[in-house]
Amino acid sequence: MRRLSAVTITLAAFGLTAALVMIAGCPPEETVVDDTVVLDEELVGEPIRIGGLFAITGAGSSLGEPARDTAVMLAEHINAEGGTHGRPVEIVVRDTKSLETDALNAAMELADRENVLAILGPSRSGTTMAVVDYVERTGVPLISCAAARKITDPVKDYVFQVAPGDADAVYRIYDYMREEGISKIATLTASSGFGEEGRAQLQAQAADFDIEILAAEQFADDDNDMTAQLTSIRGTEAEAVVCWGVGRAPALVARNMTQLGMQIPLFQSHGVANQRFIDVAADAAEGVIMPAAKLIVLEQLPEDEPQLDALRQYHEMFVDQYEREPDHYGGHGWDALQIVREAIERAGPDVERETLRDEIENTQGHVGIAGIFNYASDDHYGLTPDAFVMVTIEDGRWQLLD
Amino acid sequence: MTSSQVWQLLISGLTIGGIYALIALGFSLIYNATNAINFAQGEFVMLGGMITAASSSAWDIPLWLAAVFAVVVTTLVGLLLDRAAIRPARNAGIVVVIIITIGASIFIRGLASIIWGPDERPVAAFSGDMPIRLWGGAIAPQSLWVLGTTLVIAVAMYVIFEYTIVGKAMRACAVNPHAARLCGIEMSRMITWSFVLAASIGAIAGIVLAPITMTQYTVGIMLGLKGFCAAVLGGLGSGLGGIAGGLILGVLESLGAGLISSQYKDAIAFIILIVMLLVRPRGIFGKPGGEW
Repeated sequence: MRRLSAVTITLAAFGLTAALVMIAGCPPEETVVDDTVVLDEELVGEPIRIGGLFAITGAGSSLGEPARDTAVMLAEHINAEGGTHGRPVEIVVRDTKSLETDALNAAMELADRENVLAILGPSRSGTTMAVVDYVERTGVPLISCAAARKITDPVKDYVFQVAPGDADAVYRIYDYMREEGISKIATLTASSGFGEEGRAQLQAQAADFDIEILAAEQFADDDNDMTAQLTSIRGTEAEAVVCWGVGRAPALVARNMTQLGMQIPLFQSHGVANQRFIDVAADAAEGVIMPAAKLIVLEQLPEDEPQLDALRQYHEMFVDQYEREPDHYGGHGWDALQIVREAIERAGPDVERETLRDEIENTQGHVGIAGIFNYASDDHYGLTPDAFVMVTIEDGRWQLLD
Repeated sequence: MTSSQVWQLLISGLTIGGIYALIALGFSLIYNATNAINFAQGEFVMLGGMITAASSSAWDIPLWLAAVFAVVVTTLVGLLLDRAAIRPARNAGIVVVIIITIGASIFIRGLASIIWGPDERPVAAFSGDMPIRLWGGAIAPQSLWVLGTTLVIAVAMYVIFEYTIVGKAMRACAVNPHAARLCGIEMSRMITWSFVLAASIGAIAGIVLAPITMTQYTVGIMLGLKGFCAAVLGGLGSGLGGIAGGLILGVLESLGAGLISSQYKDAIAFIILIVMLLVRPRGIFGKPGGEW
């Protein structure tokens, strides 16, 4: 064997990469959105500048991208209808790159240099906690799109939340179990932040619903095999398994349960209430029960659902603009901007950060995508368990449980 | 804990242990040829699974063809790794080679995340998901595929090293590089062979595992580390030791998670690694000198 020349090696490397790129399929189509929304020419008032701080790239991009698209779309819509107090709304978009330091830098830039009135986002709990101190000191209202309870508990003056949290999801699961007569369960939770928070809530609320947790197993997000944990669970008299995690692991739990021939129902968290879970868990996803945002079962919602109009309006507008289905992460962008817009309208044309904060806190009965928001001076979370509906998966499609 | 539960834990442990065994074999092959640890071994496993998943879904080809394609491509990656990165540094010492393999693993993983994205991908089970009932336990058909593959590869390795010229030459290099060179065995060629074999075994492990665990660009990290633990447990450089080490590690992990606490599942492998390195660095079956 002759020694290969550098040229041959380079060519081989390129060829290999090209071959791999080919089997990667089509790359997702790039949506080109300007950093700022083009202003409607008829609107003459000075623009109201609002920061949009989202995880557009990085690990949280599936959360931040739809929220950014939604906020930009909604701002265009508001401006087309005459803006607010005759002033156009301008969204100044910044990317957190899903990183804490970048989120903080971008928040500083938005508040100091861009002089925005309020900030929508960040998309994730970690990045939100990273900017909380800064916005509290500076006095900029922040509407976080992340779900961790600690964001608004304890209450912070300038920080609000629009994403429903674990406590309400657990409430819905336990409420459903009580109706179905399930009283002995096993939990199987991720050792990540999300899983730990779920486990704490599952344990804290169990007594309220007369539910007994017979086994509390855990797994790592990169665990390759859950059959050991599930075997322990099978040895108990548990009538259901509740799994709390995101990504590959929860789908693996569903598959391993099928492989072990376990018949008891599997409950999952709202963290996997997306099409991806159905695609990955495939047949094992059938019959899995979970709390989910109302948007994924929009067509099945009853006519007396109070959020129906808001959900339909968002769905129609998003599909028109982007030709794809919206999700609840995008819905957080919608809720955040709508709440700010309404607060601005109440505060009057000369709205300042301070008056805006007070008016956001006065939000009552705001019908949004995630739920119906009622903020108060001691509640910047504003949602109830009604934010979730219980759904299951039938023939690879979401099915509303009533 | 009933006996049927322990039996179930044993099945799980042997299944994942079979994969650890195959990865450990890869470590041992390259260790014997270069005296270095190839930390990109886990990435071969990831590539095997990912290329199978991606090509079968993108081209709509049968699973076996996608699997063959994945083994070929991964083997080429192994060959390229040797030619482009290891060979130019052959006089630079073992530590340099190890660092190169760490760099290569980060590079391959990064490339995979760019090409296939961060999402997990499923691979269909080779013969369905209906579990086979045996003595109160449930065995997934794919588990039998994993164990069967491990057995076939172990036998194939034995045949290669006992009965073929290349295998004998590789053994000679491991035992005494100087004497081997005096006999006219070209060292660099043997190193190339070791990378080719290690990459293809890694790819096969990744392919048979993917239907059980699904695959993602990050799976190589943990699998590689576990395989390394298995190799150290059995004795680095020992083929039989690697296979035994893998199966033992898998079973201990599974029993530990089931009987003690699932919270410490990953810790078990690394505790074993530390204890082995302190107490018996050459492993259970390892002999000084790297005899196969």
